[in-house]
Amino acid sequence: MRRLLIWLPLALFLGFIGLFASGLFKPDDRVIHSRLVGQPLPAFSLPAAASDRPALTSAQLATGKPRLLNIFASWCVPCAAEAPQLEALRQAGAQIDAIAIRDARPDVDAFLKRNGNPYARIGLDARSAVQMALGSSGVPETFVIDGRGRIAHQHIGDIRADDVPMILQKLKDAQ
Amino acid sequence: MRLIVALMLALFVTPLGAQTALPPAPYADRQIADPALERKAKALMETIRCLTCQSQSIADSGASMAGDMRSQIRERIMAGEQPEAIRDWLIARYGDWVSYEPTAAPILWPLWAAPVLLLGLGLLLLRGRIKRRKRA
Repeated sequence: MRRLLIWLPLALFLGFIGLFASGLFKPDDRVIHSRLVGQPLPAFSLPAAASDRPALTSAQLATGKPRLLNIFASWCVPCAAEAPQLEALRQAGAQIDAIAIRDARPDVDAFLKRNGNPYARIGLDARSAVQMALGSSGVPETFVIDGRGRIAHQHIGDIRADDVPMILQKLKDAQ
Repeated sequence: MRLIVALMLALFVTPLGAQTALPPAPYADRQIADPALERKAKALMETIRCLTCQSQSIADSGASMAGDMRSQIRERIMAGEQPEAIRDWLIARYGDWVSYEPTAAPILWPLWAAPVLLLGLGLLLLRGRIKRRKRA
């Protein structure tokens, strides 16, 4: 017993080394996924964020057809970078609505003028309240909403050119 | 003298220019008037993790999303919501990850058991020592 016990500290030490080493070498995943994927969209009603697009309520996202809900902000650089991909999605037949986070109407107008406007409706979430209700932790994020108004998929970060077919597939799957 | 005043004023102008168009949420950096409620809100905010600066609590973080979360927590506490209900609401959206308070989930049982086990081990060692001393 005593013989074995003498090795215990060394075993513990090696165990800790292993734990820390696995933590160091494991790829770092800091992405926080929403727990609401697969669940109905929380109810919300937001005022219009842009001068030439109507306001957005959660009821307008359950239309029997899958849609995209893009979370963006005029102050967000990757949001400008994903604008061409959103335009490509729109041209491929995707219906895209948006929520502008912590934004102001003149800023959103200027952003859309600069980067194009692929959105049907844009709601303004000035205090990030709907963003929190959605379990979204940053901008940009894109939710695929199925016809019954349930969250089918969450894409975190900007949509790259090679993500476009995947998003279209998710839209088709949400049919 | 005038030059000094002008220079000092210039110092104050720069940070204003750097601010975003939107003022912070009403209760992001303002305490609740009722100290008891503010204590409740503060205790909760210290155990909610900031989503932007992931190693800080929202009470410590300067990120704008943390400010919005603080404001929402204070407003909900003022509306009579219990801190644990707000924590559960956040966990339902962001997972256990968002809370610094350990839960009773099975994966954390070793954590809760550790103090008892270590205390037991300590007592065992102590008993061994005492016995040996008596014999000597």
